[in-house]
Order: sequence, then structure tokens, then C-alpha cells
Amino acid sequence: MIKKSAEKIYIALIVLFMYAPIVTLMVLSFNNSKTRAKWGGFTFKWYVELFDNQAILQALSNTLAIALLSAVAATVIGTVATLSIAGMKRRSRAVFMSVTNIPMLNAEIVTGISLMLLFISFGVRFGFGTILLSHITFNIPYVILSVMPRAKQLNPSVYEAALDLGASRTQAFFRVVFPDLLPGILSGFLMAFTMSLDDFIITHFTKGPGVDTLSTKIYTEVKKGIKPEMYALSTLIFVTVLILLLLVNYRPKPQDASIPGAERTKK
Amino acid sequence: MKKRTVITKLTGIFAMGCLLSGFLAGCGSPDASGTAAGAKDGGEVIVYNWGEYIDPDTLEMFEEETGVKVVYDEFETNEIMYPRVEAGASQYDVICPSDYMIQKMIDNDLLQELDFDNIPNAKANIGAQYWEQSEQFDPGNKYSVPYCWGTVGILYNKTMVEEPVDSWSILWDEKYADNILMQDSVRDAFMVALKLNGNSMNSMDPDELAAARDLLIEQKPLVQAYVIDQVRDKMIGNEAALGVIYSGEAIYTQRENPDLEYVIPKEGTNVWIDSWVVPKNAPNKKNAEKFIDFMCRPDIALLNFEYITYSTPNDAARELIEDEEIKNSSIAFPDLSQYANLETFNYLGDEGDELYNEMWKEVKSN
Amino acid sequence: MRKTTGKKPESPRIIYFNQAAMTAPYLFWALAFIIIPLLMIFYYGLTDKTGAFTLANVAAIATAEHSKALWLALALSLVSTAICLLLAYPLAMILANRRVSQQSFLVLIFILPMWMNFLLRTLAWQTLLEKTGVINAILTFFHLPPLNIINTPGAIVLGMVYNFLPFMILPLYNSLTKIDPSVVNAAYDLGANGVQTFCRVIFPLSIPGVISGITMVFVPALTTFVISNLLGGSKILLIGNVIEQEFTQASNWHLGSGLSIVLMAFIIVNMVLTGIFDKNGEGTAL
Repeated sequence: MIKKSAEKIYIALIVLFMYAPIVTLMVLSFNNSKTRAKWGGFTFKWYVELFDNQAILQALSNTLAIALLSAVAATVIGTVATLSIAGMKRRSRAVFMSVTNIPMLNAEIVTGISLMLLFISFGVRFGFGTILLSHITFNIPYVILSVMPRAKQLNPSVYEAALDLGASRTQAFFRVVFPDLLPGILSGFLMAFTMSLDDFIITHFTKGPGVDTLSTKIYTEVKKGIKPEMYALSTLIFVTVLILLLLVNYRPKPQDASIPGAERTKK
Repeated sequence: MKKRTVITKLTGIFAMGCLLSGFLAGCGSPDASGTAAGAKDGGEVIVYNWGEYIDPDTLEMFEEETGVKVVYDEFETNEIMYPRVEAGASQYDVICPSDYMIQKMIDNDLLQELDFDNIPNAKANIGAQYWEQSEQFDPGNKYSVPYCWGTVGILYNKTMVEEPVDSWSILWDEKYADNILMQDSVRDAFMVALKLNGNSMNSMDPDELAAARDLLIEQKPLVQAYVIDQVRDKMIGNEAALGVIYSGEAIYTQRENPDLEYVIPKEGTNVWIDSWVVPKNAPNKKNAEKFIDFMCRPDIALLNFEYITYSTPNDAARELIEDEEIKNSSIAFPDLSQYANLETFNYLGDEGDELYNEMWKEVKSN
Repeated sequence: MRKTTGKKPESPRIIYFNQAAMTAPYLFWALAFIIIPLLMIFYYGLTDKTGAFTLANVAAIATAEHSKALWLALALSLVSTAICLLLAYPLAMILANRRVSQQSFLVLIFILPMWMNFLLRTLAWQTLLEKTGVINAILTFFHLPPLNIINTPGAIVLGMVYNFLPFMILPLYNSLTKIDPSVVNAAYDLGANGVQTFCRVIFPLSIPGVISGITMVFVPALTTFVISNLLGGSKILLIGNVIEQEFTQASNWHLGSGLSIVLMAFIIVNMVLTGIFDKNGEGTAL
């Protein structure tokens, strides 16, 4: 009994630590004062003004577009790459996996700078495209590492059986192999999406004029004081995700297979 | 079998989240159609300006009147702006650097001459004294049009500082340990120390610089934080007693917190001008000039002054200010002849940049 | 990363389509956006402004201000990693022992903060920790002495722990849930007490999770420049700050690249160490 309550207190303390800043941000979104240093009374006006603030909404749609496009592209490239790596001899496989690990293990600042140098040297103009290319680059490893365990668990005889039974290669792949890979692909996609959404450093070095994501927008605003609309937007996003989480949690649970690699995140 | 639910849930959350946020972003999209229409008419102009250094309404007015779409980007210090422009991978049409940086950009052949026939409002509205001051870094006034100007001084909280503040030396007073905010940019920080030592803030003398560096290192334990624009928020929130700040922020902070007071120290200070320039690789020079001309219109300059509270060199706009107190404010429009040892930054060459950067790093890492 | 041991059978190789056609896109991508950019860092790092070969940019790490920034970054990131491990391990054990239905929900609770922008969350700590901030307001209310942690290394450590704690919790939790309960029960049946079971059975089995957790906290903590900027008041220069400033302000790309090479060396050391501990090749560095 004591142990159980000690455990509960411990969880509660860590939750408090994790959520204290988030509660702070939420409170600030109702602050009727332009600066975060002063409490000016309760207001909803930032939520109204948010929808008039083109710059923030534009940053939001950029962020979502980049996250979605880069996650899709990374998922396609990464999945194909995984299948090809899985079919390699041990040595070339090791080489490919090491290269794959570079963007994950390297410092983000080094990755960002190396891409910046690349674009500058080849005279590519910074903009939406350069951010997208960079995000695809750092997203691919998350996909590969999510799909790889699944690809390794595949049973070749099932695929061969399908071929023997008269399926074409394409049919056999999409009917037999693909469904087995799907959970890994999905979790890789999600991981890529989340990483892209939260990235600041690499975007910071590869962004061009007028193209801001929420992160870079916030970083510029940090200096002059964050606009309260930004707090309002974050609160909305957070509350939305929280509500969805609760809804999904108290819904009958659908069945699907376990997904190794789903846990693999890295900043 | 335990993780499957995590993933299922995340996928669900993701799908619904996408829908909702797509809706949110969609609300902002009238802009998308608007920009398309704008682009058809007059193309675009890519502006690179200091953070929060313009009234966003004026950008909208410019778009409406000219049909030119404004792509707007912000920088934090001259030093951050320069490599982006120099690298050439980001092309801008209009930039708003400070005096010494304009000189550096002219020296390194990054700017193009303006066609003042396209900017009639500039010569008509901007006071002669500012053109004269610009001559120091832009001989012949060929490249730049003044946008804002001001001084650098000490902002202090009257409830926390009792003695009269009139010298930079108060920033070395141990009484105010952990209550001092210093500027986090090389030249501004060294300016304070050099002036206190009675040197020129454009000094290239290694001994003078070393002395200034040692002074800054000596000050470091007393400094609460090195900040740029955050001085504003922190001073308003009573986080610190003294801060080094640009004069333009003084009016804004006083409005939010009446206990604050701004002084120009007796040892002298930096009188700076931020001016519009057009880089060599600007894709839309015509629109850039249109933009600069628009910003020089008295009514627009007035809107900007009221929004950012930085002193405007636009005499015609100053005439339009209704609040007599602001119009004659000694902070916004100081009579510079009262002060001794006022200077404007000069570009000191690559060598000077390197020297200053090196010494600044020694201060920061100490 | 995988350290293959001779005994382990190689997983089956299946070739679905034309192997070359499938390899080509990723090969191209990896060359263009991973290998060439890295080579460019090496090019810049090993040349001077005139393009001549030099080791000066790498050797610059030895100057007082650079080595100080590096050691400070190492110290702070090691401390943060240790704190993360100490905080996360008990939590992961508690979570892993919960009912399955609760587990995933609880785990999500710890991932959820990551959906709020990390710059905003870090900035919120500024509001909490400031001299006139929320925490001090509460402390003064109870007549307790104020907490003066903002703009000190302590605040940076706090920021690192806060931002990277989930990256420690997840791998630990994953490796702990993989432990077969019957192994633990067997230990008890054989007369081991709680401490012995933990030291001899549970902890060794969770090593892959510990290793990946350490990597995932240590590397971003070592290289951050954002946290030190926001919570350290720019008074404390870490190696990440130095590199960032060389690129964005001093525009000395050669020096910045040279220092990046040094930083990469530390990350490679970390990778090698990970590989050594990662005996069965299961855990990978993540």
C-alpha cells in the first residue's frame, strides 16, 4: 500500500515537472497584457486575434505542410531503402546502416550547418524547398529504423509461396509483404511527422526569407517578447491533442500487432 | 503486445489532429488567394528588417495600394543579417541595417545605388541633419535612406536605483549585482566599456580594446543576463534595475511601466541610424524603391513611429504627431548638441571585425 | 551500428524487385544530402580563407575560450544525462509494472508535452524561474527564501533534463517491458532479495535501454545552443553556442566547421562506446 502511494506520488511529481511550463503557457494565453512579465487580467481576446494573425497562421500551415510532405517523402524513400538494405550482403548492409545513422546521431547543429553549406555552394536559393529537403533527410533514418525490424522478421517462404501460387511479383509484394510491413511504416511516418513538427535547429539554418515555421517564428519572437497569440495557438494545439488522446483512450481498443521501433525517437 | 495501443492511438490522434489543424490553417488561407492576385499585378518585394520594427498594418496598406506582395523576414542583429545576405542564397530586395554595417556592405560591394527619382518622398520628408549624418557611412547619400535613428543609453527603474544615474560607471556598481542587463552584441557592449574609459568606440588600438575587454570581464559577475531585445520585457517586469537599451524602446517600456527612466550617460554614446538599402542581387529593385518611397510618406512614417516608438528622421511625420509631449520628448527627439562625445559606429574592416569578435568571445566565455 | 557476432544467423535476405533500382534512390539521397554535406564541413574545417589546407581550425579547440566552452558543455550534459537516468529509471519501472491498459496511457502522458513547441516550453521555464517569476512568487508567499537559479548553469541543466527526459523514459520503458516476468520470478524463487534481483537480473537486462537513453539525452544536450541561450542569459557559452555564433554572426565558417569536426569526434566516441556495450546487436544505438 505504501509502495503504491509512493509510486503515485513519484509519477505525480514528474508529471508536475513536465506540465508546469505547459500550464504556464496556457495561463499566459489568457493574460490581458502584451508582455509576459505582467498579469493584466483575464481575456479571450488573443484567441480571437489569432485568427486575424496571418503571419502565425501562415507559419502554422507551413509547419504542417513541411511536416506532412517530408514525412510522406521520407516514408516512401525510407521504406524502399529498407527493403533494399534488407536484401544486401552483410558488409554493404553495415555500410548503409552506418550512413543512415549519421543524421540521427550527429549533432543537429552540424547537420543543419552541413546542409546550409551544401545549398550555398550549389547556389540553391533558400526557401520552402530547402527546408523540405532537409526535413526529408533527417526523417528518412526514423522510417528506416522503424521498418527495419519488421523487414527482418519477414518470412521469405510466404513471399515465395505467393509467387509459386501464380502471383506476380507486384501482387505478391503488395498482398503478402506490404501488410506485414505496414505497422512499421506507419510508426515511421508518425515519428517523421513529429520530428519535423518539432524541429527548430535544422530549419533555422536552411530557411529562406519569408518562409517561417512555428519554431523559427517563435525563435524570432522570443527576443522581443512572444506575441500572446502564439500562446493561444499552442494552447489550442495542445488541448486538441489532449482531448483526442482521451477520446481514443476511452474507446474500445482495436487490435493490431505490436510495433517494434515505435519507441524510437530522438531529438 | 503493449505498444500496439500506443501506436494505434497516436495514429488516431494524428489523423484527427491533421483534420483540425488543417481547418485552423485553412482559416488563414484567404491570404493564399490574396497573394496569388497580388503577385499577378505587381510582383513582390522581399523585405529584411529588424524584429518588430514596423507596423504590420503599413505592410498591408502597401500591398493594397501597389498590388506588390510583401515577403517579410526579420533579423536580430546586424551581425546575423550580414552573412545571410553575403552568402547570396537568400535574396532580399530591401534591408534595414545600421550605419557601420551599411558601410561594410558598400565596401564589400553588396549594395546598389538607389534611383532617388523613384523615391521622391525621401528627400522631401527626411530632415537635412539625418542626410548629413548618413554621409559618414554613405558618402554622397547614394545607397541609403534613413528609417529610424536613436541613441543607446541606460534604462533604470526608479524604485530600485536611488542615486542619480548619469554615467556608464553605474553598470559596474556592485550594489546592483545581478540586476544589470547588458547588450548581447559585440559593438554595443564594447561601446559602453570604451566610452567609460574615455576612448573612441571605433577604437582599433589593441591596448584600448584589451582594457575594454578586461572591464567587461570585470563586470560579468554583476550582469544578470546578456540580452538584445529582451531588455524590454525584463525591465517592464521589474526583473532588473538597470539595462542598456536603444532609445526607441524607452517610450514603449515607460508606457508599460512608469517607474522606468532613460538617460544618455555623460561619457557619450552611440548615435545610430538604421537605413533602407537595396542589395546588389535584389530581384525586384523597382518594387524595393516603391517600398522605400512608401515608408517615407509622412502618414506611414507616423504609423510606424507610433507602433515601434523609435525616433523617426521623417520631419514631416514628426509634425503630424498630435501628442505634444511625445513630439517634444527629449527621449524620442533629443537635442544632440547638449551631449558630448557622441559618435557613430564605423566599419573597421575584416581585421577590426575579427579583433572585436575574438575579444568578445573571451568576455563571453570567461 | 549493428555489431554482428559470428554466431548469430544472418536474417534472411529477400530480393523483391530489381535490387539496383531499389537501392538507387536512397543511395543518391544519402550521397547528396548526408555524405557530400559532411564532406563540405570537412573541407571548410580543414582549409583557411584562402583555401589552403590547415589544421588551425580544429586546433582552435585548444584555445582557452573554446576548450572552456567544450568542457562546460560536456560537464553540463553529463550531469543532465545522469539526472535523467536517475529520474527516469524508477519511473520506467513503475510504468512497466502497471496494468497494461494503464501503461500506454501513462506513457503517452510523458510524450504529450513534446507536441508543444520546445522553444515555448523552454521559454516558459524562464517565466517560472525568473527573479520575479512564478516559483519565487510562491516561495515568497510562504515566506521562503527565493530561488536564484535563472541564468546559472543550474538553469541550463534543468532545461536539458526537462527537454530530454522523455527520450530517457521511452527506451528504458521499452527495454523493461521486454523483460520476461518469469525470469524475475525465477530469481526470487532462487532466493534472491529485491536488491539482488534488481542488480543481477533486471538492470543487466535493461542495459540496451540505458545505453540508448544515454545516447539520446547526451548528444542533444552536448550540442544545444538554444537552451543555454534562453535559460543561461547568454552568460554561459557552450560549444554549441560558439559554433552557432561562428556561422551566424562572426561568419567564420572555417572555424565553425573546424569546431564541428571536434564535436563530431565526441559523438563518434559515444557511438563506439555504445557499440561495445551493445553486445547482442539488438539495441542499436537507439
